[in-house]
Amino acid sequence: MELVKGTAPATEKEPEDTIFSWPHLFYVELIAVLVVTAALLFLSLYVGAPLEEEVGRDTTPNPMKAPWYFLGLQELLVFFDPWIAGVTLPALIIIGLMLIPFLDTNPKGSGSYTFSERKLAVSVYAFGLGLWTALIVIGVWFRGLDWSWYWPWNDLHVHKPPIVGLKDLSVIFATKLGISEFLGNTLSYLLVLVYFAVGLIIPVFIFKRFYNRLGIIRYVTTMVLFLIMAGIPVKIALRLIFSIKYVMVTPWFKI
Amino acid sequence: MSNLLQRVSDWVTSTQVYKAIFRHGYEDTPRNRSLTTFSNVLYHLHPVKTRKESIRFRYTWCMGGATLLLFVVLTVTGLLLMFYYVPDTRRAYQDIKDIMNVVSFGSTFRNVHRLAAHGMVLTVWLHMTRVFLTGAYKPPREFNWVVGVILLTLTLVLSWTGYLLPWDQLAFWAVTVGTKMAGDTPLFGVEGPFGRQLGMRQDNDIKFMLLGGTEVGQNTLIRFYVLHCVVLPLVAVVFLVIHYWRVRKDGFSGPL
Repeated sequence: MELVKGTAPATEKEPEDTIFSWPHLFYVELIAVLVVTAALLFLSLYVGAPLEEEVGRDTTPNPMKAPWYFLGLQELLVFFDPWIAGVTLPALIIIGLMLIPFLDTNPKGSGSYTFSERKLAVSVYAFGLGLWTALIVIGVWFRGLDWSWYWPWNDLHVHKPPIVGLKDLSVIFATKLGISEFLGNTLSYLLVLVYFAVGLIIPVFIFKRFYNRLGIIRYVTTMVLFLIMAGIPVKIALRLIFSIKYVMVTPWFKI
Repeated sequence: MSNLLQRVSDWVTSTQVYKAIFRHGYEDTPRNRSLTTFSNVLYHLHPVKTRKESIRFRYTWCMGGATLLLFVVLTVTGLLLMFYYVPDTRRAYQDIKDIMNVVSFGSTFRNVHRLAAHGMVLTVWLHMTRVFLTGAYKPPREFNWVVGVILLTLTLVLSWTGYLLPWDQLAFWAVTVGTKMAGDTPLFGVEGPFGRQLGMRQDNDIKFMLLGGTEVGQNTLIRFYVLHCVVLPLVAVVFLVIHYWRVRKDGFSGPL
């Protein structure tokens, strides 16, 4: 930028592309600031910050709910052990989000809203966002005493019978197929392996162009992250339909 | 009279103090008009000229700006609350009661602080969705998206550390549940996979570090207080500066 002769400051940019920040941008900002501040003050009159009884270790609230933005994770605790739901999945979400610009090689659709030019990217994002929102909605409005499922018309003060009869996948294999526990366990490992193997290999042949554009490293990273994300509703469905507690049991951890 | 005013104003604008503050002359000349623009801090923070498309509401939803505004509101209201709140388990709860019932406008500031905190989580989330949908993370802006994700994480951790400070049942048990999970961290938590094999105990794992003990107590309160009021906001400001700097350097993503 430099000072030039003339009656007005000018930059090297094309004149028709830009407008002066003052007043055009500052007006927009001023209006936004006023609207948000007014909304905050107005809402604060009606929505008070809660303050419950002072800390007491002898009484435990039931249900114990985290703030709403963490209820997605808390809801996952129903279906996964804490090391997955509370630590590994949040870490993977953050890492996965950070990797998005390096995994999405599609040069189109920068600087405008478009679905047709980035069908895959927008669909995957919408899937993740939808899943996250659904888990939060369930956590906020459908969970009550003992973290049981409560419909809006259920009495929130009556305990629901606890869910019993959950079995590990390996045990189901062993009893249904009449094989040893070791074989049942091996079969469950194989099934998890097959889920990832099929998920990784099949798209290579069906979506050749997608695979070629990404290259092996980007492709594997993308698909592993996607398969883990898609595995969450799969595991939830297995629990709800087949009463399966763990799909994979190892001496060190259970999934 | 107007003659006197003119002389006073001429004198004021010719003093060294005035010239030190306003680094351009007073007369309406093209050079001064340029200097008023180029030596103004507002034009350091903003571009002098902006792309026409990039100030359309339907493109930005104003969500990035709203997030910054909420961050500023949280800083101001948070500072005011700090005058009355002492992070001592014996009086923290009573201090909040005082803020709510005794301090002038105390309840307003606390309500606004909480609403802005919840609102900031929402606006960060919407801003991220907007940036994704407009493909604004594509080259050359990849790294700024990464900085944005760091800021999202900081927002959540800031909100969570603030949750404990009122020292009521809600705060205590929410943080107890949250930190219990830290003990389940693979490798670094005593309950997590491979934790015990790596020598983790109740009194040396990551949960112990977070709580300053084995359960939520005075050590936890002061840790969360310092993180919430000093450490995390400073870290957030550093990343905010990088975030905005890169928006300026990479250019706004709006349509060409």
